[in-house]
Amino acid sequence: MTRPTPSSVRKYLGGARGGSAPSPGATPLGGARPFVMRHPSVLWFLLALSAFTLGVTFLSDAFGIGLLSTSFVKTLGKTLCLCLVAIAMDVVWGYCGILSLGHFAFFGIGGYAIGMWLMYARTERIVEASLAEAPLPPTEQEVIDAIGVQIFGVVGSSEFPALWAFADSLALQLLMVALVPGLLALVFGWLAFRSRVTGVYLSILTQAMTLALSLYLFQNDSGLRGNNGLSGLQNIPGFEAVPQSVISIVFLWASALALGLGYVLFAWVVSGKMGSVIRAIRDDEARVRFLGYHVESYKLFVFTLTAIVAGIAGALYYPQAGIINPAEIAPIASIYLAVWVAIGGRGRLYGAVIGAAFVSLLSSWFTGGGAPDIPLGFYTIQWTDWWLVLLGVSFVVVTLFFPKGIGGLFDHLVRKDP
Amino acid sequence: MTTLLEVSGVSVSFDGFRAINNLSIQIAEPELRAVIGPNGAGKTTFMDIVTGKTRPDEGTVIWGERSVSLLSMNESQIARAGIGRKFQKPTVFEDQSVRENLAMALKNKRGPFDVLFHRKTPQGGARIREIAEEIGLADDLPRRAGELSHGQKQWLEIGMLLAQDPRLLLVDEPAAGMTPAERQHTTDLLKRAARTRAVVVVEHDMEFVRRLGCKVTVLHEGSVLAEGSLDHVTANQEVIDVYLGR
Repeated sequence: MTRPTPSSVRKYLGGARGGSAPSPGATPLGGARPFVMRHPSVLWFLLALSAFTLGVTFLSDAFGIGLLSTSFVKTLGKTLCLCLVAIAMDVVWGYCGILSLGHFAFFGIGGYAIGMWLMYARTERIVEASLAEAPLPPTEQEVIDAIGVQIFGVVGSSEFPALWAFADSLALQLLMVALVPGLLALVFGWLAFRSRVTGVYLSILTQAMTLALSLYLFQNDSGLRGNNGLSGLQNIPGFEAVPQSVISIVFLWASALALGLGYVLFAWVVSGKMGSVIRAIRDDEARVRFLGYHVESYKLFVFTLTAIVAGIAGALYYPQAGIINPAEIAPIASIYLAVWVAIGGRGRLYGAVIGAAFVSLLSSWFTGGGAPDIPLGFYTIQWTDWWLVLLGVSFVVVTLFFPKGIGGLFDHLVRKDP
Repeated sequence: MTTLLEVSGVSVSFDGFRAINNLSIQIAEPELRAVIGPNGAGKTTFMDIVTGKTRPDEGTVIWGERSVSLLSMNESQIARAGIGRKFQKPTVFEDQSVRENLAMALKNKRGPFDVLFHRKTPQGGARIREIAEEIGLADDLPRRAGELSHGQKQWLEIGMLLAQDPRLLLVDEPAAGMTPAERQHTTDLLKRAARTRAVVVVEHDMEFVRRLGCKVTVLHEGSVLAEGSLDHVTANQEVIDVYLGR
């Protein structure tokens, strides 16, 4: 690997909001070198991500010195998934200017899609094991009925709803992880963009979509176990004998791989002419129309692609979380997502990663009782309650005074370089 | 000279106000045409109608040899059909470099997937340099468009129009806020462009219109008041009353 010169790094970082301003000496044909080499910040990110993943592995219980508990490794793995959905949010909002307050819904749908298979396959194994001792071998229907009772007993049903038609097939459910968020985004986006709904009205519309989805899932007869959600997702069918400490590392690696691939994909999308057009749409979409670009198609492309990536991120997140319920999809979750990206720095992918990682880890530290209470004599500040106030205040402060977010600090650091 | 654009009997009202009233204009190819008129005469609304931003209440807008109606097309389709527009206020993408601005405008396929898999070509690069040369921004290609002076932004926008390679250029007040030297450059640019294309210039400044030395259409209250050479229309008593006399 050739070390990029400070000046090329500076150009990339400095031009992050404005995108990749071509340097004066750049050849018009940059295609000879691989994409990653032409974008040093992508290379740095991949190196940092690899170092992080290897570091956690060496400190883990399963493969290392055991400094990090399995639950903390899972937290880190989940954080990588949140970083992935955050870069998707950054592309749709920071680059394309669509403030979607519904991308966490796509994330949740991805989680539900994989959760259905996890729950079905695991229950199937349990049912088969228990029926194996019966005097007569069970028929296929008996097995399915018993699985139904196990899964849906909690909502007073035992029938498999149509939604679960593919739940027995891992391949099909994996397809659903991408297909369902993608199709929902495509249909929703087509209707909204075609009617030229923009700005805050579009944000409200995406919130409404999220709220509707979450309210629907809360119903017991939604077919997805109402507010119980899907649980036991940390148990991977067929790998019951593998300890959770090992599974946590496998998911950490899978999440890191997905984040790395997602980062390269989005960096590629926003780097070339596509990036130029979508940033132009963010800044003045009417003007882009008069250049002959069909703005709605571009928005739809970005909205759908980022929704699919959000779904994939969710599918990796929830097996690590172990449980998914409709509260996860509540509108507030999508708002948090926007807050992470704003704090991290819009319009730069690494900003979204920093924001998501920093704020979500801090959030679990504060709300998990990690932060010590502050006694004021007349009142004690308990961070479990006050964290949201702190987050809200930081959001306002960042928006007002540091519109470039934490990522903007890199501009200062790099600019001081001789 | 063949008729490229034919606007006939077009009317449009906004909340009861008739911005355009039975307007008919024909533009040939190639042609340089100046459209003048007092504020509120409907000059910008005329451009809005041709480019698809505003739908007229009645009338027809016919385009090209095959006489297609522009009224059934949206803004981006009209732009792809060959109509480019420069706005009154320079609207370039300030966060992006001059090169990126021109590259975006360059005549290429406009679909999202064409753009996603777009590869830079030597021809494209050469065309960008050629246009930058023409608009006097050859040394500014890597600069952020936001750093340019007002006049340079106007030229960049004209350059973006040229890059689109349209058959009809609609140019709204290109000389606004320019120094005399910049005006001269702009006049030359537009005259050169009009050798092969139709160029319609909306302008307030009579001196600028005189330098263009072309046929002039005077608009008043949404319809054509007079048409002809500048000397011809300025001699028209009605024109003097509504416009020049003030």
